[in-house]
Amino acid sequence: MDFQGTGIGAEDRDDASDTVGTQRLVVIGNGMAGCRAVEEILARDPGRFRITIFGAEPHVNYNRIMLSPVLAGEKSFDEIVINDAAWYADNGIDLVAGDPVVAIDRAARTVTANSGRTVGYDRLLIATGSDPFIIPVPGKDLPGVISFRDMKDVDAMLAAADRGGDAVVIGGGLLGLEAAHGLSLRGMKVTVLHLMPTLMERQLDEAAGWLLKTELERRGQTILTGADTAAIVGEGQVEGVALKDGRTIPASLVVMAVGIRPSTALAREAGLAVGRGIQVDDHMVTSDPAILAVGECVEHDGQVYGLVAPLWEMCRALADGLVAEPSGYRGSVTSTKLKVSGIDVFSAGDFSGGDGAEDIVLRDAARGVYKRLVLREDKVVGAVLYGDTADGSWYFDLLRKGDDVSSIRDLIIFGQAFAQGGGQADPKAAVAALSDDAEICGCNGVSKGKVVAAIQAGACSLDAVRATCKASASCGSCTGLVETILALALGDEVESGPKTICPCSSFTHGDVRREIVAQELRSIPEVMQKLHWTTPDGCSSCRPALNYYLLCAWPGDYVDDQQSRFVNERLHANIQKDGTYSVVPRMWGGLTNPRELRAIADVVEKYDAPMVKVTGGQRLDIFGIRKEDLPAVWADLNAAGMVSGHAYGKALRTVKTCVGSEWCRFGTQDSTGLGVKAEKMSWGSWMPHKFKIAVSGCPRNCAEATIKDFGVICVDSGYELHVGGNGGIKLRGTDLLCKVATEQQALDHIAAFIQLYREEAWYLERTAPWIERVGIDHVRRRIVEDVVGREALTARFLFSQSFSQDDPWAARAAGKHREQHAHLGEFRPLEILAAEGAR
Amino acid sequence: MMTGDWIDVGALVEIPLRGARTIKAANGEEIAIFRTAGNRLYALVNRCPHKQGHLSQGIVHGEAVTCPLHNWRISLSTGEALGEDEGCVPTIPVRADAGRVLVSRVAMLAMLAAA
Ligand code: SRM
Ligand SMILES: Cc1cc2nc3c(=O)[nH]c(=O)nc-3n(C[C@H](O)[C@H](O)[C@H](O)COP(=O)(O)OP(=O)(O)OC[C@H]3O[C@@H](n4cnc5c(N)ncnc54)[C@H](O)[C@@H]3O)c2cc1C
Ligand code: SF4
Ligand code: FES
Repeated sequence: MDFQGTGIGAEDRDDASDTVGTQRLVVIGNGMAGCRAVEEILARDPGRFRITIFGAEPHVNYNRIMLSPVLAGEKSFDEIVINDAAWYADNGIDLVAGDPVVAIDRAARTVTANSGRTVGYDRLLIATGSDPFIIPVPGKDLPGVISFRDMKDVDAMLAAADRGGDAVVIGGGLLGLEAAHGLSLRGMKVTVLHLMPTLMERQLDEAAGWLLKTELERRGQTILTGADTAAIVGEGQVEGVALKDGRTIPASLVVMAVGIRPSTALAREAGLAVGRGIQVDDHMVTSDPAILAVGECVEHDGQVYGLVAPLWEMCRALADGLVAEPSGYRGSVTSTKLKVSGIDVFSAGDFSGGDGAEDIVLRDAARGVYKRLVLREDKVVGAVLYGDTADGSWYFDLLRKGDDVSSIRDLIIFGQAFAQGGGQADPKAAVAALSDDAEICGCNGVSKGKVVAAIQAGACSLDAVRATCKASASCGSCTGLVETILALALGDEVESGPKTICPCSSFTHGDVRREIVAQELRSIPEVMQKLHWTTPDGCSSCRPALNYYLLCAWPGDYVDDQQSRFVNERLHANIQKDGTYSVVPRMWGGLTNPRELRAIADVVEKYDAPMVKVTGGQRLDIFGIRKEDLPAVWADLNAAGMVSGHAYGKALRTVKTCVGSEWCRFGTQDSTGLGVKAEKMSWGSWMPHKFKIAVSGCPRNCAEATIKDFGVICVDSGYELHVGGNGGIKLRGTDLLCKVATEQQALDHIAAFIQLYREEAWYLERTAPWIERVGIDHVRRRIVEDVVGREALTARFLFSQSFSQDDPWAARAAGKHREQHAHLGEFRPLEILAAEGAR
Repeated sequence: MMTGDWIDVGALVEIPLRGARTIKAANGEEIAIFRTAGNRLYALVNRCPHKQGHLSQGIVHGEAVTCPLHNWRISLSTGEALGEDEGCVPTIPVRADAGRVLVSRVAMLAMLAAA
């Protein structure tokens, strides 16, 4: 927008000037932008204006961004002053500090301060900065609740830190984390509450946000993400923060750092055009040609800024427009750095990906480094760096200039020195040029010479190299290098390696499972970082697998990631081709009773279910339920004592039984009873794939036990245990595992077998292909021959079951994850049109 | 901001990262609004170009969603099927402002008219 030329011209201006040859410039705001603008004007024309600066703060102009180092004890106030008293005196500037302007009279061209002092102007510059945003919760005005904006806030924090105790910082953005860092260095016990799932989500992607959180936690801060503040509590002084989830965090100091709002009240009252900020044109002129505005309080071309770099550019354009050749401000691209000592974080541009965007990711687990560049049409459009930010300014430069980087595409992620060094743009050539004693694998100390020797001795695949010289056999970060050496040595003869978990990773399922346990990896972002994932957030193949592996490795500890679950497991029902769901309640061992049947019948009628069917797994399947109705359906089934049948899960499905000794003339044991016991023991457990059990009362095998994952065939002298059957796509009969004498032994073996499968199989591998892969002998050794090992497996299974036998339907019926069953909103165009007509 | 051109359909925090929520339109059609790990918003008609699978229920990764029915991967920005598959689903302009999710009114009306 352009406000110039809409009002008075230069010839109208001199009427109010009271000093010969000079006009009066009044500045509201003695902060970074206001004073910088004055400096820029003085540099161009020192004699043009008589200047008065009003400042609300009782200080000379200081560097606001250095308040963080002051809080952290790294700087004193004197060290962060930008313009001292002498500067104002030398330039004849009248500084009115500690007296905020309260009104602008545009007709009279005067401003009036709180003290009543009124000063006339020819030109007025508004540079009032921003106000911290205070979330409107009960208790927000209690003593001890402060923001982080000026020196007064820092003084309040230092006084609180002297008394010690607990501090809560609300807001895990740049400001909040710098406040938390300072307070914790000053000895307070700090908790950061952040509404979003990851820290600094506007500057960092999930992977970098996770690294940051881990490091801050390691330093002793408590970081609660997804934490929504309900109220600040205390009698006459803050005592804690209550969260919406019911928790209360104790605190004698609460710092609110949830965001800033341009400070526009004065401008708005004076009738200037104000959107999100005071609207200015390219020369920082507001809707009144006599009034300019600059800094965080302005809106230019729809943008408002919260960093200093744009201010410098604005101030230059302002001074050019006011006293020299107008140049014009064209908006700014910004970059962010976190000022927390020892933590290097950099972000710039747009790293959220999008249309035609291409990611280049480098993860170096040993050094705790994560780098991600986003390219679009061969140009850098975004960068996130964690742990090594040395190349931040180079990337930012490439980004701002919009340079074509296709010629350095393969090496750019390694940084400027590497990408531009020696003109070796071909990574193969770079590897070929490495000397024989250059280290390839840092974990195992393997040189290039040793890798080449291994290949010459016959190792023709990545796996063979790993097996012979151990290069790339540990953390895997050198996999790419080893592959390049293989290609250089063998050309096309390289044998393709074992199948990796998915294209996001160079690791196999087996590698990933092993490393999760060995390195004690506890979350999906941690696995991706430590195992060098090449995508920022994985894909629909690896995420469900990682979620399962972590759940299996850390029972009771790992928090399930709903967004990494296939829809059926997220909604606890099977999706149908029309988007409705089927509901299968558990019928233990295939048994049911009138109460259950009545409840099912009632649900079918109440929700108009189009079909109900007896399944091949001995229970009833209700079809055609809408996702919105699922919680209510489950509530009704729960009321009759039924729980989820997990017909949707990589989990225990059914335990099929026959009638057995209780009724059947051939029955040898109580097969129905054993089936019910087995199902009660195993239901609810997450597994690599679905798992089916059957118990037949005699070798006639009416329950088809010999095509189940675990089948029991009762005989006079006990129980034959069979494993690894499958009646599905590829028919496979079971292998006999062993024979046991008692029901309890049968149950213990079932538990041990399930746990071995849970710990060793790959995600989406059923027991049949798993046993074909590892061999039945391996399973017999672990479960039949190694008694102590079997008992440990059984114990581990029962331990993990102690966390997984809560009916997921009951939780949903009680309101958990309500959002998964409801629309975000509705769109009724008629109502909208009617509402607009009424305006 | 001209509010008339954008319809506020709910709070941003209600859409999980790497997840989606739906808007139900008067004619029964659904719009799926996706939020990526990079905190970017996209809106697609909630019908897979393959066999009408509800894309809102798929796994979101990068700038794509994998359909829950037969694993087609659909680009969130263009609505086009990725890889070997061919097909396209209409996209709807969406953006976040001050913690609210806003969808384009014109595009919503056009979508209703076309359905
Ligand atoms: C409902 C049911 C058919 C029926 O009406 O009888 C059924 C229905 C489905 N089966 Fe099944 N299977 C059903 C018993 C079976 C059986 C018989 C059994 O368990 O005794 C088998 C062969 C035995 C086996 O698993 O070894 C069976 C082998 C499969 C397979 C092939 C598995 C394999 O490893 O080869 C699939 C595909 C898959 O899992 O990837 C499958 C997949 C499916 C899915 C889940 C397809 C899907 O992904 O949507 C169907 C879900 C329908 C729904 O919404 O409920 N279903 N399915 C049976 C449910 C049993 C229960 O009460 O939970
Ligand atoms: C702790 C902290 C750390 C930061 N770190 C960084 C960083 O690392 N990098 C970065 O780029 N940016 C950082 N920033 C942001 C940066 O400080 C601001 O972008 C910059 O100060 C904005 O300059 P400004 O002149 O617009 O506002 P300010 O510097 O806030 O100046 C506005 C001044 O106007 C005064 N005022 C307001 N109303 C009136 C009135 N009615 N009368 C008189 N005076 C008034 C205010 O008291 C204030 O002194 C940080 C900010 C803080 C608080
Ligand atoms: S046999 Fe095929 S069609 Fe029938 S339920 Fe199983 S998966 Fe569906
Ligand atoms: S309906 Fe989406 S992949 Fe088939």
